[in-house]
Amino acid sequence: MEFRFTEEQLMIQDMAASFVDEVSTSEAVRAAMLSDKGYDEETWQRITQELCWQALTIDEEAGGLGLGYVELVALLEQAGRKLLCSPFFGTACLALSALKQCPVSPAKQTAIEAILAGQTATLVHTDSAGRWDDSAQLPCIKSGALEGIASHVVNGDSAEWLVVAARENDALVLLLVSPACPQVKRRALTTMDQTRRLGGIQFNQLPLEAAHRLCEGELAERILAACLELARIGAAADMVGVAQQALDSSVGYIQERVQFGRTIASFQAVKHKCADVMLKLESSRSSLYYAACIADEYLANHASMAALQEAASIANAYASEAAFFAAGVGIQLHGGVGITSEYDIQLYFKRARALEAYLGLPHWHRERLASMLLEGDVA
Amino acid sequence: MKLSFSAADEAFRVEVAQWLQDNLTGEFEHIRFRGGPGDEHVFVEERKRWEQRLAEGGWTCIAWPEAFGGKQATIEQQVIFNEEYARAGGPGRVGHIGETLMGPTLIEFGTPEQQAKYLPGIRAGREYWCQGYSEPGAGSDLGNVKTRAVFDEATQQWRINGQKVWTSLAHESHYCFVVARTDPNQVGHKGLGFFMVAMDQLGVTIRPIEQLTGTAEFNEVFFDDAVCAADDILGAPGQGWAVAMALLGYERGVSTLGQQMLFQNELDEIIRVAKTNGTSQDPSIRQRIAEAHMGLKTMRYNSMRMLSGAEGSQLNREAMIYKLYWSSWHRNLGKLAMDVMGEQAEILEAAPYELNRLQSMFLFTRADTIYGGTNQIQRNLIAERALGLPREPRGQS
Ligand SMILES: Cc1cc2nc3c(=O)[nH]c(=O)nc-3n(C[C@H](O)[C@H](O)[C@H](O)COP(=O)(O)OP(=O)(O)OC[C@H]3O[C@@H](n4cnc5c(N)ncnc54)[C@H](O)[C@@H]3O)c2cc1C
Repeated sequence: MEFRFTEEQLMIQDMAASFVDEVSTSEAVRAAMLSDKGYDEETWQRITQELCWQALTIDEEAGGLGLGYVELVALLEQAGRKLLCSPFFGTACLALSALKQCPVSPAKQTAIEAILAGQTATLVHTDSAGRWDDSAQLPCIKSGALEGIASHVVNGDSAEWLVVAARENDALVLLLVSPACPQVKRRALTTMDQTRRLGGIQFNQLPLEAAHRLCEGELAERILAACLELARIGAAADMVGVAQQALDSSVGYIQERVQFGRTIASFQAVKHKCADVMLKLESSRSSLYYAACIADEYLANHASMAALQEAASIANAYASEAAFFAAGVGIQLHGGVGITSEYDIQLYFKRARALEAYLGLPHWHRERLASMLLEGDVA
Repeated sequence: MKLSFSAADEAFRVEVAQWLQDNLTGEFEHIRFRGGPGDEHVFVEERKRWEQRLAEGGWTCIAWPEAFGGKQATIEQQVIFNEEYARAGGPGRVGHIGETLMGPTLIEFGTPEQQAKYLPGIRAGREYWCQGYSEPGAGSDLGNVKTRAVFDEATQQWRINGQKVWTSLAHESHYCFVVARTDPNQVGHKGLGFFMVAMDQLGVTIRPIEQLTGTAEFNEVFFDDAVCAADDILGAPGQGWAVAMALLGYERGVSTLGQQMLFQNELDEIIRVAKTNGTSQDPSIRQRIAEAHMGLKTMRYNSMRMLSGAEGSQLNREAMIYKLYWSSWHRNLGKLAMDVMGEQAEILEAAPYELNRLQSMFLFTRADTIYGGTNQIQRNLIAERALGLPREPRGQS
């Protein structure tokens, strides 16, 4: 047992940290938020051409770096820490996670090569109301054409490739779709958190060929289910980064601000709030790292779906509460300036809120765990 | 990162489990799962015999260096031992203060003579220790100890006068390690000494203190011209604080993983009760049971991180949150147990005041957030040491 980063993993983390410190400054984030695609093209170029983050989890035989989720969460944590606006999550955590699990096919080959070359991708697994659970009315395949609307798609307004979950009769099908055609209409949604762009996509009688198909039936169900767990773990990493920076910036601020003739950091009520944030933050980090290890074991067929679900729920629920708590406490400790748009703490607060709700609020995860504990088998 | 244990470690696990299965039977069968926190008053004689059985098997002090009779067990092996011990229902360890606190501190700070005098008794499971830190005027503010130690040139002994309080298991102990002031002109952390004092002497009086559970694990201990040898001071006069703090560092060691197994047993029992009495269908109880489960898993991941980075008694960031985390978690578990038991929670097993396991757990969890540094003191430590925030101002006293 060695429950800490190796030298190599620490190096990956450090490089990611200095990169986001350089490119994802407050000004850069604010510019990206208002930009066309919601992210900075040049930064994405550097991510894919200089740092090759997109190749991280791709197998070595396929031209990637052959690393896993432990390394991926190290990057995502840094991205969250500096509110990086980027199609990286959609590409590497959503689309690639699905593609990696799909059987060999021309569609898979095309997509992996495109991603390696630096193109963006995402997973389309929601319905017109943004639902992702069993109640979702996914886009349908009828008479060989794809029809329907998906909302709340991460970077769905701009991704160059879409891995689409659709229903054909009762079976689930995973498709690879290039949205550059008149039968696909897309737009950016106007969201409360502006650092993570969501899109709405309409498929309008898009004719399908065999070459679009990645997989179907039970296999597709299993892959999609695993993808959502992996996305929950990835989102937890982002939230751990958000919580860390919300704490760090608050700790910095309270040591400067003077009231009653002393820094506000010297008041015990203020200190104890920071201690509570650190407790939640470090605990989320522990459950995140554990979940990342389980993700790798699942992908290597060494862990069960139940173990993956349990680890993902714990990591995601913990990180959700830590990030929202950290950002909320952060605003409180900033006082009035915490309510201004000028200070970044509000951006962390919004990103925390959006990510908390992404793929299940904490109480959803707890209910899922409760049914495992009280009605089913525990992993 | 690697979650799995090596083949050698797994073989060690089998060895431990087998030994426990072979030995924790017969005369020891009825003390399985007994004698833990809140239950330390039961079966004391049997549990002392059990300490000696463990010692004969080579299962006391496994973390100590071989030179002192240990196995120099790796962190992994210690984790495995503690997990298997708890899984098998190993009774609460009467010798744990000696084995996990006093022993490592003696090994770090003791002279060869001191080590030869005290370690074998601990290793053999025959000599038990208690911790004499707190006093009526020195609780959270340990630096305020007033107990005095004076070196008597005539008898070449230390003479100790003062009062300790909340001393757990003092009535079962052969020795107490006592923090006392050697220099009356110094205050706070300065001018303290760390003494090893025999309990069986005229100058030591022990008075039990009854707790809210109706039982008495802790005591008041009075020192009236109690004595110890010139050589029974660990470190030099004036170094007492450093030794006392180093000892506390050992508290956050691998025994925490065994403790988690006890917590798991408690949670399992709560789940059993919830399934039996139907509260498992109550949505808010379901949320809280899941929360407890998540919290315990995360406690395990926290300690795995802490142990993977731990060296000696040095604290790292993860270690600093550990006490606040588990004490708060366990306190919430106690309340959950009562809420799941419902109306039955109020009715005791028997007169005059016999609590069942969950009732006793509920009441005793209220101590968890107090001893070993209260939750408020833990938050001060996290804020000051991990986050670098200003230290608390001191009043005049
Ligand atoms: C079951 C049990 C077993 C124990 N066993 C032992 C033992 O074997 N040996 C031993 O030496 N001691 C033992 N203790 C004593 C224990 O370490 C003390 O109770 C503890 O350190 C708190 O001290 P106190 O009781 O004097 O409370 P106080 O220090 O008086 O604290 C009272 C309240 O004030 C708060 N407070 C105090 N200072 C601050 C501050 N600076 N900032 C914010 N809040 C503050 C505390 O958090 C607490 O809520 C035991 C205690 C218990 C409950």
